[in-house]
Amino acid sequence: MITWIKGGEVIDPRSGTKRTLDIVIQKGKIERLLPPGNFSPPGDIDLKIIDASGMIVTPGLIDMHVHFREPGEEYKETIATGSQAAAAGGFTAVACMPNTNPINDSRSVTDFILERARKANLTRVYPVAAISRGLRSESLTEFGDLKQAGAVAVSDDGRPVTSSELMRRAIEYARFFNLPVISHCEDLDLSNKGVMHEGTISTRLGLRGVPAASEEIMVVREILLAKLTGYPVHIAHVSTEGSVTFIKQAKEEGVPVTAETAPHYFSLDHTALTDFDTNAKMRPPLREPKDVEAIKRGLSQGVIDVIATDHAPHSPLEKDVEFDNAAFGIIGLETALSLTLALVRDGVIDLPTAIAKLSYNPASILSVKGGFIEEGKEADLTVIDLNSEYVVQKEGFKSKSHNSPFIGWKMTGRAILTMVGGRIVWESNEQRNPDS
Amino acid sequence: MYRFNHKDLLGMDQLSVNDINMILDTADAFVEISSRDIKKVPTLRGKSVVSFFYEPSTRTKASFEMAAKRLSADTLSLSATDSSMVKGETLIDTARNLQAMNPDIIILRHSSSGAPHLLARYVDAGVINAGDGMHEHPTQALLDLFTIRKKKGRIKGLRVVIIGDIAHSRVARSDIIGLRKMGADVTISGPPTMIPVDAESLGVKIVFDPAKALRNKDVIMMLRIQLERQNGIQFPSLREYSLFFGLNKELMKGAKKDVIIMHPGPINRGVEITGDVADGPSSVILDQVSNGVAIRMALLYLLIGGGRGDNLD
Repeated sequence: MITWIKGGEVIDPRSGTKRTLDIVIQKGKIERLLPPGNFSPPGDIDLKIIDASGMIVTPGLIDMHVHFREPGEEYKETIATGSQAAAAGGFTAVACMPNTNPINDSRSVTDFILERARKANLTRVYPVAAISRGLRSESLTEFGDLKQAGAVAVSDDGRPVTSSELMRRAIEYARFFNLPVISHCEDLDLSNKGVMHEGTISTRLGLRGVPAASEEIMVVREILLAKLTGYPVHIAHVSTEGSVTFIKQAKEEGVPVTAETAPHYFSLDHTALTDFDTNAKMRPPLREPKDVEAIKRGLSQGVIDVIATDHAPHSPLEKDVEFDNAAFGIIGLETALSLTLALVRDGVIDLPTAIAKLSYNPASILSVKGGFIEEGKEADLTVIDLNSEYVVQKEGFKSKSHNSPFIGWKMTGRAILTMVGGRIVWESNEQRNPDS
Repeated sequence: MYRFNHKDLLGMDQLSVNDINMILDTADAFVEISSRDIKKVPTLRGKSVVSFFYEPSTRTKASFEMAAKRLSADTLSLSATDSSMVKGETLIDTARNLQAMNPDIIILRHSSSGAPHLLARYVDAGVINAGDGMHEHPTQALLDLFTIRKKKGRIKGLRVVIIGDIAHSRVARSDIIGLRKMGADVTISGPPTMIPVDAESLGVKIVFDPAKALRNKDVIMMLRIQLERQNGIQFPSLREYSLFFGLNKELMKGAKKDVIIMHPGPINRGVEITGDVADGPSSVILDQVSNGVAIRMALLYLLIGGGRGDNLD
């Protein structure tokens, strides 16, 4: 069988391609990439035509930061439902963080995750293993064994590595296995059980605040450790102006550091909490307008390499409670692309840059397949309608959870078709019927 | 025409100047009832008021109960230890169960900021915030405003200083909002560890040293130092706190002669305020307690419907 994606504008940030091309796919691979009018399919073959005229076709989007809750909290999300949410959001691959129950700090858990992902058979799922056993910041996990099992990176995400010595050794040891190290930057002492950003709104609401410095202290530590060891550290979910400044300075000095932010940090600020909305509670917390502006600047100046969702599903059991007791985190897979496209419309970044931060850059940092469009490579592709308008509905989520602060938002632009290895894993109902 | 039109009282934030004046004026009318031989009017006969205290309280709980009883409402009071909270029931489930019994008003005291807002979303009954975490304690602010107005004849233009643990105080937040709305000038004072970040955004001045802060003020409000916070991180010892931030006779020499001293209680004698000052001629601390009953009567009356046209008995 041949799949023919016809007439779409192909945007491939790596090669700089931005023009109308037909894509011919066979046996899961991109067989040909050619200008329209040049492909005549052989008559005797099963042919599926996807009309992408007026659409853009990009490398399959890659989210390097999700929480799929399996094993342990399947009532919030499973690898299957998480993959459905990812596919519906245009993502062809995700990297899932290790803070499951049990924690992914051993081969058996990594094996289990990959087995579940195979069963779900939708998006690619890359396990991120823990840096420390039990996320306790005491001793290293078996990086080598975990890598062989299929882990693509190590992180204690959800918690910082509190011991600077252990973090230093983790970075050095990871070097041997060529495993990226991802850091959740937070000084837990300074966070002091805070539940939102410390500032005018926390002062008004009488909620315990997490100062921006709580993140920045750790960002600076990781930069210094990257400098000390000479090996890269990836900073997860950057949320403050200070972090952007420090990372920018580090990059200018040639320190091997990369960084990601999440769409909520460039779309919302701490005023979203004035009604004690637990769907706006996450860690790091929503910051101030000046931080939102700095995150946007960081994206446009290349200080922040990646947009990742930190997709963190929680059920009403964890969210429909007193603000202090509510769990941290929001879902993001199904709103990330639309929120990023809003940045493009606002002129913060151009479209190829946006796509790079959602595909090529995370693929490069994790050294996983995909992230670009090239003949002979796997057909992981996302077809995007930049003009599709919709309202985010609670009932519309494919994710098992709907803890999103974006419910009710009017969005423009979304994925209408997601393809993994030549197979369509998601297709919008609203798409025109293929004329095959 | 002005009408008091609120179902809930969640915070001072939601009240207009007209609302506040209406509550204070109504309380004025209720003060007289408490001085009668028979301290009861039939105004809220047949209405039920549930008070639900997740945190210990003497004054506020007793004050609400007294207020409801003087208006002839049926009262029921629950505390965390005898509620299903200890059996793991969530606030929302508890709320739904209470709602099923169809009360008119639920009064909530809770250790989490925003808990009354959550409750109000799930019940039809009116919700009164009797103190939520470090957020607000609106009935305390209203009784403070009422006390100031009675003692000073006005609120607008007065200079008020609030001294103590502002950061963790729901009383301070509500008082600041209320006083600013009513046109008073507010200064906050205390150790820098207990002044919240960006406090100026509340419309107050900050003068750390109480000795300087209380000069030329018409009202001094002292806040309780919560002994459970005495962990050596916010301040080193109660001894040092009382030396540098406590109100005593010596410090009072720098205050205006006609200053009034307020405290929401319970007092830690010898810590934030010495006994002689708390019991001295400038103190209106017990007036606050008496006025609390009148303010809460006014609120119950207004929230249950008195503000929407009924006549006051």
